[in-house]
Amino acid sequence: MKIGVLALQGDVAEHIASLGDCGVIASGVRSKQEIESVDALVIPGGESTTIAKLAKAFGVFDLIKSRIASGMPTYGSCAGMILIADQILDGGADQEGFGGIDAQVRRNAFGRQVDSFETDLTFAGISGAAFRAVFIRAPWVESVGTQVEVLASFNGHPVAIRQGHLLATSFHPELTGDNRIHRFFVDQLCKESSKAGI
Amino acid sequence: MTKENSTQTGTSRVKRGMAEMLKGGVIMDVVNAEQARIAEDAGAVAVMALERVPADIRAQGGVARMSDPEMITEIQKSVSIPVMAKARIGHFVEAQILQSLGVDYIDESEVLTPADYTHHIDKWNFTIPFVCGATNLGEALRRINEGAAMIRSKGEAGTGDVSNATTHMRAISDEIRRLSSMREDELYVAAKELQAPYDLVKEVATTGKLPVVLFTAGGIATPADAAMMMQLGADGVFVGSGIFKSGDPARRAAAIVKSVTFYDDAKVLAEQSKGLGEAMVGINVADIPAPHRLAERGW
Repeated sequence: MKIGVLALQGDVAEHIASLGDCGVIASGVRSKQEIESVDALVIPGGESTTIAKLAKAFGVFDLIKSRIASGMPTYGSCAGMILIADQILDGGADQEGFGGIDAQVRRNAFGRQVDSFETDLTFAGISGAAFRAVFIRAPWVESVGTQVEVLASFNGHPVAIRQGHLLATSFHPELTGDNRIHRFFVDQLCKESSKAGI
Repeated sequence: MTKENSTQTGTSRVKRGMAEMLKGGVIMDVVNAEQARIAEDAGAVAVMALERVPADIRAQGGVARMSDPEMITEIQKSVSIPVMAKARIGHFVEAQILQSLGVDYIDESEVLTPADYTHHIDKWNFTIPFVCGATNLGEALRRINEGAAMIRSKGEAGTGDVSNATTHMRAISDEIRRLSSMREDELYVAAKELQAPYDLVKEVATTGKLPVVLFTAGGIATPADAAMMMQLGADGVFVGSGIFKSGDPARRAAAIVKSVTFYDDAKVLAEQSKGLGEAMVGINVADIPAPHRLAERGW
């Protein structure tokens, strides 16, 4: 199982470290060849508009889109969540993502940096203490389709969702040193799909 | 269920985390909404709203201050990416005003005329994170001790001459490497020499890096300049006058963005360096009399 972290822009190293803590050797991927070579992908936090523009400029946008559509396990945090949602609200006029999860995600919904926060969350599917979640100019999920499972919410807004092989969080587990969500991705989404032979 | 009372804003993790999200990106100086939109379209991760770019501050002289809040608000309305703004060194009231406007980061900047020649702003008092310039590791750690959540190595702003940025980036990484190679009992004297708190010195020695994101700034004018700073260890790049003082800002901005992502791929860099039109004219740092060098402001 090879997991890549999309390395166009954002906190790539933190995701690689979190996956490393789960015993997975992940690497940053930018080129077509690198993206084709991985079995699963993490789209990091960063600036969603920048990541999408770079993906287009370097000709990997459609590749990522089609790999996500054809079952590649993918986890997106913050900007990554925006990019793998089918619909982006409050994006730029021409903002486009890879899509995949049947959900509407509102960009910067929790406000500007002055409103950024950390809090304790209950996350369905991981056990133990509450998860300390860091939200930075974070999006929230406005609405979800029937196939989407809500794993965590804050103030009535879903902030962690899953649809089959796709996982998205509004917050940044990679910044906390708590790797339970990365482990959940590796154990529940990546291993499941490799068993199914995708 | 969610424990509401556990919710905190303005923590170090939230402030430093914001800078983590900017890594591998380019932050561009803009003076109006139109430039901000060009920067966003080119793929900037954030814009820095200011009244005059450093090249103009240098040319026109006089006291350079925080920008008009009206202009900052205008820029905030026109783009969806983060908007930063500059306060004068030590001018904590300018910082209070910028925080009330909801800017995403405050740059306590030597490009503006300092308001206090002894003290920097006590940045722990703010919910909003700060980025500060540094020419060496000691200066960087002093700023972090005052609450800076991000550091940019200083270059000589408004010149298009990258040499100072190179010097300072090398100085910071050289001093970090030196600390990493020291015996633990040598760190006390190292802290004294760096004029920095022992705890931060020890942390850097152990981890081999700054505890916050390190960008670079000042004098970056071309895709090659930006890529060189990345290869020297910067997490990302600020570009000031280099874009909007050039012949074709939109194109140059996009080329610098791509060059920061593929900073170690000379083929991509060659492609991005093609046909960009005229770069900003530039001034050699050596030709600027010492009292007019901005990088030397800050203590």
